[in-house]
Amino acid sequence: MNGLTQLTDETFVLNLGPQHPATHGVLRVKLVMDGEWIVKAEPVLGYIHRMHEKMGENRTFAQFMPNTGRMDYLGALFYNHGYCCAVERAAGIEVPERAEWIRVITAELNRISSHLLWFGAFVLDLGGFTPLLYAFDDREIILDLLESVTGSRLTYCYFRFGGVYNDIDDSFIEGTRAFIKRMRGRMPMYHDLVTGNIIMRKRLEGIGPISQEMVRRYGATGPVARGSGINFDVRRHEPYSVYPELDFKVPVYHECDSMARYMVRMDEIEESMRIVEQGLDRLPEGPVMAAKAPKIIKPAKGDYYHAVEAARGSFGVRIVSDGTNTPYRLKLRSPTFSNLSLFGEACEGMLLADALALMGSLDLVIPEIDR
Amino acid sequence: MEEYSVLRLILYLAGIIGVVVAFHAAYLVWAERKIAAHVQRRIGPKEVGPFGLLQPLADGAKLMSKQLFRPAGADAVLFWIAPFMVLVPAVMSMVTIPFSENLVARDINIGILMIFAFASVNVLGLLLGGWGSANKYAVISAARAVSQNVAYEIPMLIIVITVAMATNTLNLNDIVRQQDGWIWNWNAFNWLKVGPFMFANMIMFFICSLAETNRAPFDMAEAESELIAGAYTEYPGMGFGVFFMGEYANIVIGCALTTILFLGGWQSPVAFLPDGVWWFVIKLYALLYTVIWVRWVYPRTTLYGLLNLSWKVLIPFTLFNLIMTGLWLKVFKGF
Amino acid sequence: MLDTIKAKLAALSPENISEPVYKEKGFVLDVQVAPEGVVAAAETLSAEGFFLEAITGVDWIDDNQLEAVYDYNHMASFCRVVVRTRCDRATPEVPTISEVYPGADWHERETHDFFGIKFLGHPNLEPLLLPEDADFHPLLKDFKP
Repeated sequence: MNGLTQLTDETFVLNLGPQHPATHGVLRVKLVMDGEWIVKAEPVLGYIHRMHEKMGENRTFAQFMPNTGRMDYLGALFYNHGYCCAVERAAGIEVPERAEWIRVITAELNRISSHLLWFGAFVLDLGGFTPLLYAFDDREIILDLLESVTGSRLTYCYFRFGGVYNDIDDSFIEGTRAFIKRMRGRMPMYHDLVTGNIIMRKRLEGIGPISQEMVRRYGATGPVARGSGINFDVRRHEPYSVYPELDFKVPVYHECDSMARYMVRMDEIEESMRIVEQGLDRLPEGPVMAAKAPKIIKPAKGDYYHAVEAARGSFGVRIVSDGTNTPYRLKLRSPTFSNLSLFGEACEGMLLADALALMGSLDLVIPEIDR
Repeated sequence: MEEYSVLRLILYLAGIIGVVVAFHAAYLVWAERKIAAHVQRRIGPKEVGPFGLLQPLADGAKLMSKQLFRPAGADAVLFWIAPFMVLVPAVMSMVTIPFSENLVARDINIGILMIFAFASVNVLGLLLGGWGSANKYAVISAARAVSQNVAYEIPMLIIVITVAMATNTLNLNDIVRQQDGWIWNWNAFNWLKVGPFMFANMIMFFICSLAETNRAPFDMAEAESELIAGAYTEYPGMGFGVFFMGEYANIVIGCALTTILFLGGWQSPVAFLPDGVWWFVIKLYALLYTVIWVRWVYPRTTLYGLLNLSWKVLIPFTLFNLIMTGLWLKVFKGF
Repeated sequence: MLDTIKAKLAALSPENISEPVYKEKGFVLDVQVAPEGVVAAAETLSAEGFFLEAITGVDWIDDNQLEAVYDYNHMASFCRVVVRTRCDRATPEVPTISEVYPGADWHERETHDFFGIKFLGHPNLEPLLLPEDADFHPLLKDFKP
């Protein structure tokens, strides 16, 4: 709307979306263009807004659980995790150790699958069609593995307050180990074929700079922040679950460009594989549900916050409780909402093609932004 | 004699349109889908006919049965004329292409000039289509197509001048005839006769023909992740189908020219084997395979990367090759 | 970091400042300010390098008040700060902090969508997630669809 006031004879408005191949869903961006250069960009949200927060207010804590898997449909387990942790914090529920490990293993597998899909879709944005199918090939194995324990392939509802729904079995452990072995062999291929490709490098290096100051002012998190040289990962920053016991690096790149964000995610796939391996090695015996987990959850009055590191950044849940079995207010802080908000400033003066590369490097999942 | 010649031209045109353009457009799409599937470890079309061989017919039937819809605000004349501006020049260019020594519709002396004259009409089709659609994406695409075609016609023509200088003719059949004998007599490898820069010229010519025909990694005009389908965005059914046929015919012409100018056309690589159309077809399909293979392996460049490649790399290098070839011919042909 | 920021925020004379236990609440500093104080608090936090995680509202219909909640976090040190302010339900007006944090722009628009809190001075307080012509605020407790 503000963009329209900048119309001159030289500029025109280009409506990118809500149905456009590069916006991965129903995002609309109003672009004021000068030829191929972007003068001003304004994302328009809300095309898949479903008001999950209101739904949270009129059902019990447990009834809201399936909703969490329907926002970030590529990283549903992180939303499961964040919501579970917040409710457990509010109600003071202890989680058995085996359940914590299973949560971390499955969540990290989910992170790999989410990053793999991003990898394929990102190269697709740049016009390379083939990596998408290779990435889907690998991702398919993860979906099969997670299906065997969670019962669903995409919109998981696997974690429970005080544990997980289902114990993992030997075939899952074997399958996961086989997957990691296979994936370790695939990563060098991806780097050879895609990362080292000259066209790819020319299109990403130095393109779409996001400065550290911009990251801070817009509250961007996740790989976007880490690609700008900020070592911020909720798993290390505010450790939860069994992450403090795990040995993994937080990949940080200082170039601030699209390539840095690409490299962060590719490195995170490797780090997640290390985490899953450690998890499988150290998986303790025991129950997967807390014996004393209450059936009806009535947290004490007050508000509670819990953040987890989702595939796209810091996902936070704020629960305001009035002492009944439904939340008085449930706020879901989605990482891509903040990550996308810097797009307007970051892409000013860029070429359309480069701006779409930048948008791809933000790893947008629109249902998560709109909630 | 004269009537016979006109009849012959009509027969050839019918043959070119029927066999080369329609057949190629259909079966190159099939081949592209099969090769893409192979690159991506899929199966590709397999349901319609054996190995999906009837898939192009099904696609054609689908395209033809679609409503020919013109969006409001689109210019009726420009919108409908544009696909044919792409297809007709492509068909006309085929007239001078020597598939074998005798299998050529018109063996004219300035064949190569004619092809380039028609190739520059082809870009008008994209421009009109983009402009006539009254769609912003299509207009951007049209602007891209024009700047891209202008940029890549220059190095292409410089290379053609180099070849013409070395072979002393603009007749395509004569150029092929001069490459008689063994494989090292082909222009690309015959460095004694046409200068040592022809192999580099062939590579550059091939790159230029990729860009001229809007093929990946230079498919800026229909960059689907940026411009949806570029100039073709608004085209329904056969409007799009005709564009498609024209585009694939152009790819065939680009590869055929590379074959004729550098790889000996219908000449066999071994002196004692008979020459003929089969050699031409083998070389043509090898190049077409390369074109398809490149598309499914590389991501897309940006428009400015593309223009920089032409103005900063290809044009200086081709000019250098032109001058050096001239020197080479002057020095060594003097004997 | 916690002590520094606590001292600095305390200097702004907030209505209430407390240090909850992190394990129970999930944040380490809870500051309640008057609506006029949110910009000063945001400036103080911004100067210390905090980033804004989210802005949200809570409808305290029994108190006839609307609460705006600002979640701040720090990228280098462990310090999660919550700033909250309450305004009257009939005239919910809070000054905008979108000049301090450009990222607050969208969060404030979202909060305005859901609760009708007017962020005074906001450059473009139009519906973000709701339809363009929405004149309802679905997260108010007395909202009838």
